[in-house]
Amino acid sequence: MNFDDTPQEAEFRAKARAFLEQHLEPLNPDEVSPNLLGEREDEGAIQKAKDWQATKYDNGWAVLTWPKEYGGQGMGRLENVIFNQEEGKFKTPAAIYGIGHGMLGPTLMTHGTEEQKERYLKEMARGQVVWCQLFSEPAAGSDLAGLRTSAVKDGDEWVLNGQKIWSTGAHFCDLGMIVTRTDPELPKHDGLTYFIVDMNAPGVECRPIKQINGGAGFNEVFFNDVRVPAEYRVGGIGEGWKVAITTLMNERVSIGAGGGAGRTKDLFRLARECRKNGRPAIEDTAVRQRLADAFITSKGLQYTGYRTMSAISRGATPGPEGSIGKAVGAPFSQELAAFAMELQGVMGGVMDSSVAPQDAMWQESYLGSPGIRIAGGTDEILRNVIAERVLGLPGEHRSDKGVPFRDIPSGS
Amino acid sequence: MNLEFSDDQKFVQQTARDYLEEHATLDKCRAVLEGSGTHDPELWKGVAEMGWLGAAVPEEYGGAGLGYLELVLISQEVGRSLAPIPFSSSVYLATEAILQAGSEDQKKDLLGRLSAGELIGTFALAEGLGDFDPGTCQVSFDGSQLNGTKLPVPDAGAAGIAVVVAREGEGTSLALVDLDGAGVTRTPLESFDPSRPLYQVDFEGAPATRLGAAGEGAAVASDVLDRAAVLLGYEQIGGAERTLELTKEQTMSRFAFGRPVASFQALKHRMADVYCKIQIALSNGYYAAWTLSEGSEEVGVASCSTRVAASDAFCLATEEMIQMYGGVGYTWEYDCHLFYRRAKGTAHALGTPDEWREKLVQRLDKTIGG
Repeated sequence: MNFDDTPQEAEFRAKARAFLEQHLEPLNPDEVSPNLLGEREDEGAIQKAKDWQATKYDNGWAVLTWPKEYGGQGMGRLENVIFNQEEGKFKTPAAIYGIGHGMLGPTLMTHGTEEQKERYLKEMARGQVVWCQLFSEPAAGSDLAGLRTSAVKDGDEWVLNGQKIWSTGAHFCDLGMIVTRTDPELPKHDGLTYFIVDMNAPGVECRPIKQINGGAGFNEVFFNDVRVPAEYRVGGIGEGWKVAITTLMNERVSIGAGGGAGRTKDLFRLARECRKNGRPAIEDTAVRQRLADAFITSKGLQYTGYRTMSAISRGATPGPEGSIGKAVGAPFSQELAAFAMELQGVMGGVMDSSVAPQDAMWQESYLGSPGIRIAGGTDEILRNVIAERVLGLPGEHRSDKGVPFRDIPSGS
Repeated sequence: MNLEFSDDQKFVQQTARDYLEEHATLDKCRAVLEGSGTHDPELWKGVAEMGWLGAAVPEEYGGAGLGYLELVLISQEVGRSLAPIPFSSSVYLATEAILQAGSEDQKKDLLGRLSAGELIGTFALAEGLGDFDPGTCQVSFDGSQLNGTKLPVPDAGAAGIAVVVAREGEGTSLALVDLDGAGVTRTPLESFDPSRPLYQVDFEGAPATRLGAAGEGAAVASDVLDRAAVLLGYEQIGGAERTLELTKEQTMSRFAFGRPVASFQALKHRMADVYCKIQIALSNGYYAAWTLSEGSEEVGVASCSTRVAASDAFCLATEEMIQMYGGVGYTWEYDCHLFYRRAKGTAHALGTPDEWREKLVQRLDKTIGG
């Protein structure tokens, strides 16, 4: 056991750092951590992100874990984590490639045709074409396989009709990956098919959704008689669920890699700055107890992430244990933000960054964290995953099992 | 970075599990809990023969010369089995204190016998209500004799010697005392976990020898407690893991409303929460075990985190165990209370989780975000 870098890892870290120093401005260690939400991107921000991705690609630092033939570097996940750790110490443009590079690219590598891989993957890696994921629907979230967007074969094309929702970044994306229903006579998991879709095709309409934090990272996407060429299909007709599961498993890995919310440093600073009973809040017993718990959970999450990475780097398959990071981390980020606001007393209600401590990042975090608890698997779904797939407890009773999709009650 | 235990270390753990599954069944724990004995002497002898008591003691002093990464895995298995033996008192506390502060003669005299299990040691710090703080002890030591009362002292009935934290002049020292000797009275106390029983120990001019330098007892004791927190933390994690496994078995086999009760989300989610809590403790434990084996100063912070996370995880797991077992979980006949008692007993053994939270923040406040 060794928590430190091996000599090879240290060498790789130094090389990564040297590259980053050439191109980016380091974060000041005394600054508060950057806002992780990254949702208020404008046109300029997207272009900056694309430019940075091109720089990484052209210098051999993009999509490190992808095979070389697809524009990657064929490296292990551990190198990827090390690079991300180092990149996190610099001022970087908005992160807009997580879904494409972490989930959609690997899905295409597993299920795409040779032509599809050839045509899309390198372009995706260089980031000048940005991809989004079109899975959830108004009536199909946690129960994703209940989706209703239809795809009907018409000659050499498929015609799509329906609505997707919660599609991150769809408003600035060029291409998407969509799961559709191609046969409503079959039970729900069996009648699905997966496609690539051009987001600029006639009949695609994107409407950003304003969130409770004022941002609009998600979209509703409407499909009205959108024509998709047959060669855009990924996997077989009726195999859409299998392909979608590949995407979602990679989502788990992407999220699990995030590790802990390393913001206890900012919390300690805040506790020294705020006052309680006429003294710095950090001298208050109740505050100290909560600071301790924040540190312990934060470190526990960080080291749990390390354990997963270490196992994967030694050849283990990423398993459902990766769900712990989000199951614990998402509600924890909300608790942490609530605690930090509590420390600020009446000032907790102020979001004006000219007077609010630490640029009001805790208020921002408290507004953002309910979304984190829902996106990419709700707290409840993750507990089901842990209970069933890690602990081996019985699955949920399903009243729609084996029933043709058309006959499943929908409440509408 | 490599967060795997080595194959040799995993082998040590598997050997420990196999041995304890055969020799430390829950009826052994129950026998001590229900009886008037101090521990299970047969099991103690067996564990000594396995070499676990001196796992981290260098071979020159009669130990097995393994390391802390091996010892934590043995501890995890001891915790899993609820072994009714004074493992934590003798191995984590007395042996560690002598290893750290003992003179060459003391180490040669005592460590071999402690490792062989011929001698059992304990550690006497608490003096009734008040902070669990080595710096505030009132039991006095004048360089040759001890006077005063320690309460509670774990495993004092089984132990032959105790390392006593005592006031010497203006400072604090450690003293080694023969518990079978003159001037020592041991009184068994009704204990929350009678499988690791507690005692009152009164000293009236009890002959004792100094362990380590005069006036440095508080610093050594604090160091010993940090290390013990990691080791006991692994026991607690092992206990919590077994608790969750038993809870799963019970809820899978118990049917209500035509289904196993384990199929209800209300129970599944609680078990998932317990699992997460254990994993967070284990991840902190990994780091702490590594700092311990490296002799890193980081152990000061990592021990606090592990102590709190492991205590809380074990207590939560056992509280939820009884709840999910239902009525039978509350009976004397079922084993749930063995786990429930061990969880709370270990949570209080080295100072409570809240005291370790406070210690953690004291330590972090000097280093973090300053």
